Amino acid sequence: MSTEPVVATPRDQEALALEGITVRFGSVTALDGAHCTIRRGTVHAILGENGAGKSTLMRAAFGWLTPDAGTLRVHGAPVRFQSSADAIAQGIGMVHQHFMLISAMTVTENIALGGQGRFDASTTAARIAEVATKTGLPVDPTARVRDLAVSAQQRVEIVKALVREAQILILDEPTAVLTPDQATELLRWVRSFADAGGTVVLITHKLREAFTVADDITVLRQGRTVVSAARLALSESHVIEALTGTGTGTGATPASVEASTVGPTIRSARISSERRMVDHIADAPVLRLDGVSYVDARGVTRLRAVDLAVHPGEILGVIGVEGSGPRELLRILAGRLAPTSGRVTRPDVVGFVPEDRLHDAVIPTFSLTENLVLAEGGHARGWMDWSRWRGVTRDLLATADVRAVGPDIPMATLSGGNQQRFVIARERRRATAALIVENPTRGLDLNASARILADLRTLGGHPRPAVVFHSTDLDEVLSVATRVVVCFDGHVAEVQPPLDPNDRTPYTRAMTGSDRPGGEIAAERR
Amino acid sequence: MEALLIPFLDATIRTATPLAYAALGEVVTERSGVINIGLEGIIIAGCLGGLIAAGAGGPTVGFLGGALAGLLMAALFALFVLRLKADAIITGTALTLLGLGVTGTLYRGVFGLEGAALGTPSIAPVALPGLSSLPLVGPVFFTQTVMTYLLYLLVPLLAWWLARTHTGLALRAIGESRTAAHAAGIAVDRIRWGAILFGGVMGGLCGATLVLAQVGTFTEGMSAGRGFIAIAIVVLGRWRVVGTALAALLFGGAFALQYLLQAAGWALPYQLFLALPYLLTLVLLAALRGRAEAPAELASHEG
Amino acid sequence: MTEALLALWDGAFGSSYAIWSATLVRSAPLLLLGLGVALAFRAGVLNIGAEGQFLMGAISATAIAQSMGSMGGAVPRIVVIPMMALVGALAGASWAGIAAWVRQRFGVLEVISTIMLNFIALASISWMVRGPLQEPTRIYPQSAEIPGPAQWPFLIPGQRLHLGFVIGLLACGIAWVVLTRTAIGFRIRAVGASRSAATSAGGIAVAGTVLRVFLVSGACAGLAGAAEVGGVTWALYEGISPGYGYTAIAVALLARLHPGWIIVSAIFFGALEAGASAMQRDAGIPSVVVQVIVALVILGVLAGSQRRVIAGAATLGAEARR
Repeated sequence: MSTEPVVATPRDQEALALEGITVRFGSVTALDGAHCTIRRGTVHAILGENGAGKSTLMRAAFGWLTPDAGTLRVHGAPVRFQSSADAIAQGIGMVHQHFMLISAMTVTENIALGGQGRFDASTTAARIAEVATKTGLPVDPTARVRDLAVSAQQRVEIVKALVREAQILILDEPTAVLTPDQATELLRWVRSFADAGGTVVLITHKLREAFTVADDITVLRQGRTVVSAARLALSESHVIEALTGTGTGTGATPASVEASTVGPTIRSARISSERRMVDHIADAPVLRLDGVSYVDARGVTRLRAVDLAVHPGEILGVIGVEGSGPRELLRILAGRLAPTSGRVTRPDVVGFVPEDRLHDAVIPTFSLTENLVLAEGGHARGWMDWSRWRGVTRDLLATADVRAVGPDIPMATLSGGNQQRFVIARERRRATAALIVENPTRGLDLNASARILADLRTLGGHPRPAVVFHSTDLDEVLSVATRVVVCFDGHVAEVQPPLDPNDRTPYTRAMTGSDRPGGEIAAERR
Repeated sequence: MEALLIPFLDATIRTATPLAYAALGEVVTERSGVINIGLEGIIIAGCLGGLIAAGAGGPTVGFLGGALAGLLMAALFALFVLRLKADAIITGTALTLLGLGVTGTLYRGVFGLEGAALGTPSIAPVALPGLSSLPLVGPVFFTQTVMTYLLYLLVPLLAWWLARTHTGLALRAIGESRTAAHAAGIAVDRIRWGAILFGGVMGGLCGATLVLAQVGTFTEGMSAGRGFIAIAIVVLGRWRVVGTALAALLFGGAFALQYLLQAAGWALPYQLFLALPYLLTLVLLAALRGRAEAPAELASHEG
Repeated sequence: MTEALLALWDGAFGSSYAIWSATLVRSAPLLLLGLGVALAFRAGVLNIGAEGQFLMGAISATAIAQSMGSMGGAVPRIVVIPMMALVGALAGASWAGIAAWVRQRFGVLEVISTIMLNFIALASISWMVRGPLQEPTRIYPQSAEIPGPAQWPFLIPGQRLHLGFVIGLLACGIAWVVLTRTAIGFRIRAVGASRSAATSAGGIAVAGTVLRVFLVSGACAGLAGAAEVGGVTWALYEGISPGYGYTAIAVALLARLHPGWIIVSAIFFGALEAGASAMQRDAGIPSVVVQVIVALVILGVLAGSQRRVIAGAATLGAEARR
C-alpha cells in the first residue's frame, strides 16, 4: 500500500495540524506516527475502520490524551494541551459519538459547564439563543436534556462548542445516531458552516459521507495515516483499498464488507429474491407476538399492540432508530423482558446475542468453559462436571472456529470477533429453534464484522432456526435479512421490498415515520 | 407542656448541629459522585483531634484541631479512591475502623490505659441579644452555641454556591457524569479531591462540636454511628443543602426524644431510645425508596 | 518496641497454651465470620453487618441454652448443642434477612442497613443482659452461666480450643467445594462477577441467589455467636465481641474471598488479637491497636489489588477503543 504524500499546506492556511502522533496504551500502540493537516474553512473527513485510531487521533487534538510523541499546531502555532480545557481555549470544539451531556441538567447548565466564577443562568440562556439563531441550530435553553430527542441533543452539543467560540469543530461519527433524513440535514449544515469560514473534522466510517461533503480525506489504518489528500484527487476504490488494506493484488474484499461500509457503491447484496421465498413458510411460526405492548419503568410506552410471527428458516431484519422499540421487541422475543400486555409464543429456550457483549453476554474474567456453562447457569443442578464441560467447550471452539489457546483462558483475552463468535455458537448450541441477534458487529473491525454477518446468513440446522436480527446499520440488516420489519414509535410494521433492490427510500421513510401522516414531527418529539 | 417542649426542641437543635455539619459535608462529597462511608471514622477522629487541640489551646484551637483531623482522614480516603481507584465502600469501611482504632489507641496512650474520662474546655450557649427573647423561637433557636449560628450562615451560603457558581455547577456535573464533565474541560479529580476534603473538614467539625459543645468529654466510639446516620440524612434530604439541614433536625429530634420521654416518665427500657435513631434511619431509608434524585455517578458504586 | 513485639509473639505463639487456648480460640469466630463476609462479597453483597448478626446469634443461643437448662436438666448435650448452633444460625440469618429484605423491597444499600442493624443489635444485647436474660441476683449486666450440657466440648484436654473451631474449618471446606464444584456455587460466582451477564446470558435469578447468600452469610455469623457463647464465654455480656464482625472484613479481604485462605487469614488475625491482649497486659500497649492493624490490612489489600485491576482495565480499554 502506497502512502500518499500530504499536499503541502501553507502555514497560514492550516487550522489544525497533527504530525507524527504516537499514542500507546500499555503495550498496545494505538497511533503510530499518524498525521494530517486540516485547512481552514474546509470539511476534512477522517476515515478508518473500527480500531484504526480515528477517535484516538482526535482525542489527542482535543487534549483528552497527551500523545507519547508528535506535534500539534493550531493556526500554525505549536501547542501542547494538558486537558480539553486548553483545546477549548484554542477554539477547538468536539462533539463525541456518545454525547457528553448531563441528562439531569438543563441545556443552559450543560453549556455553561466549564466556566468560571458566578453562574448566571439567564445571561447564559440569552447567549445560547443568540448563537442558535445565528447559526441556524434551534435549541431550547431551558429544556432538560433527558427530555430531548437525540437529534436535538446533538444540536445542543454543537451549540455548546459554538458558544465557546469554537472555530474548529470535531464531529465523531455524528450521523451514527441519526435517521437518514436527519443525517442529510446535518451534513448540509456542516457544509454551510465550512463555507462560512468554519473548519470541520468529520470522523466517519461511511465512505458516502466523506465523498458527499468533504474537501479533504485522511484514511487511517492500524494507527497510521495511509492516505491524506484532497477528495478530488481520490477515487472510491482507492479509498476502499486504503481502508481495508486489501489491494487488488492481495485478494478480494469480502462482499459483505462492501455491503456494510460502502453503501452507495455496492448495494446489491440486498434481499435476494430466492431468499425471500422462505422454505418453511407453511410451518407454524416459532416466535409469535399477539397484541404485545410494553411500558417501561419510566412510564413510556415502547411497544404498542405488536403482532408478529417468525417462521423457521426466516431471518427477520428489524430496523428502527434508537428508542423506537427494537431493543424492547428483541428482549421480549428472547424472553428477557415480560410484556405489559399481550401474548408471547416462543420456545422454552431462545438464543440471545445482546449488543453489549462484555456486559450482558459474557463475564470477561471467567474462563471460556465457565462462560459456556453460564448459559446453563439458571437451571443447572447439583454437581458441576467440569471436565465434561471443558470437552464441550473445546468442541465448540473448533466448530465455531474461535481462535483460543484452550478452554481455560479468560474470556477477556479473546479478540472481540472471537468473543462474538463464541457467544453466537453458545447460543446456537442451547437454542436450536430461535436466535435473537442485536447489533452483533458493534465494536468489531471490518473483517470480523463480515465474518459474523456471513455466519448469520448461513446458519444451518434442521429445521433451520428462526432468526431475528437488528442492527443500527441499515445496510447490515438488508444484507442479512429475508424479510424486514420497521419499528417506529412503538409500532412494528413490515416493509414491502422495493422493485429496485438498490432503493433504500422505503426503509428510510419507514424509519423516520415519513410514510405516515405527521410522522416527522413525532420522530422529532420522541 | 411548654416546660417539656422547650428543653426538647433545644436539645433537638443541639444534637442536630453536629449531625448537620457531617451531613452537609457529605452532601458536597456525594454531589461530586463519591460516597464516603468512612464518615464515621472522620467524625471520631474529629472528636479526639478536637479534644487534644482544645486541651492545648482552648476551644477555638480545638475546633481547628477537629477540622484538621477530619481533613487528614479524608485525604487518606481520597488518596485511595481517587488515586489508587480503590472501591469507595470498602475503603470507607476501612477508614471507619482506622478512625475508631487510632483514636482508641491514642486516647489510651495519651490519657492512660483505662482511658479516664477527662473533662475539656467547652463552649457555652450564647443568647443572641434581641432574638433570644422571642417566645419559643428565642430559647430554642437563638440560645445556642456559636457552632449552631455558623450553620445558619453556612446553609444558605452552601446552597447558593452549589446553584449559582460555576464551581458548584461543575461539582454537580461531575456527580452526574464524570465523562461529560471531563469533556467540558473540568478537572474532575481536583474537584473531587476538594469535595472529599471539604466533607472531611465538616466531619471533623462534627466530631469537635460533639466533644466541645455537646458532651464535654471524649469516650471511645463516641461517634456512635453518627457518620452512617449522616449518610441517611443526606438521602432523606434528597442530596439538597436545605433539605439535608431539615433532615438533620429530624434526627436531632430522634436523639432528643430520649430526654423527653425519660422526663415524661415512660417506663420503656432506655435501650429502645438508644436504638431509635438507627431504627429511624432504616425505616426512613426504606420509606424513601425512590432514589431517582441521587447523583447518577453514585449508582456506579452499587451492584 | 521490641518488648511489645515480643509480648505480642509470646501471647500468640509463645507457648502451647498461647496457641491452643488463645490464638486458635480467637480464630474460631473469625473463621465463620470471615467466611460469611467472603461469601457475601463473592455474590456482590456488601454485608458489613457480621457484628450484629454475631450478637443476635449469641443472644439467641444463650436464650435457648438457658431455657433448655430450666427444663429440668434432663436435656442431653447431644440435643442442646445442635439446638444452640441451629438457633444461633437462624438468628444471624434473620438479622441479615432484614437487610436483604429492605435492599430488595426498598433499595436500601446493605452497607448502611447492616451497620444500623449492628447498633440495634448492640442495644438489644444491652437490654437483654439487664432484662430478660440477666443473672438471678440482678446485680451484674450479664446472663447467668449457661448450664453444663450447653457448654461446648473442648478438643484437647487442658486447652480451651472448642468444637466451634472444627465447625469453622468444616464450613470453610464445604464452602470451597460448593463454590467450585456445584451449580449453586457457580451461580453465586457468576452473580458476583456480573449481575447483568448472569441475568441476561445465564437466566440466573439474581435476586433469589443474592438473598440466599445473604442469609447464609448471616447464618455463619450467627453460628459464630452461638459458638462463642457455648465454647468460650458461657455467658452473655455486652462486650462479648471485641469487634470480631469488623475484623472479619479484613479476614475475608486478606484471604481474597477464598474459603481456603480464610483459614490462614483467620488464624493470623486470631494470633493478632491474642497477641494484642498479651501486649496490653505485659507491655501496656492498648489492644485497640488491633483495629488499626485491621484497617491497615484492608487498605493494604486495596492498594495491592487495585493496581492489578487498573492494569486489567487498561487492557480492556485498549480492546474497546475505536
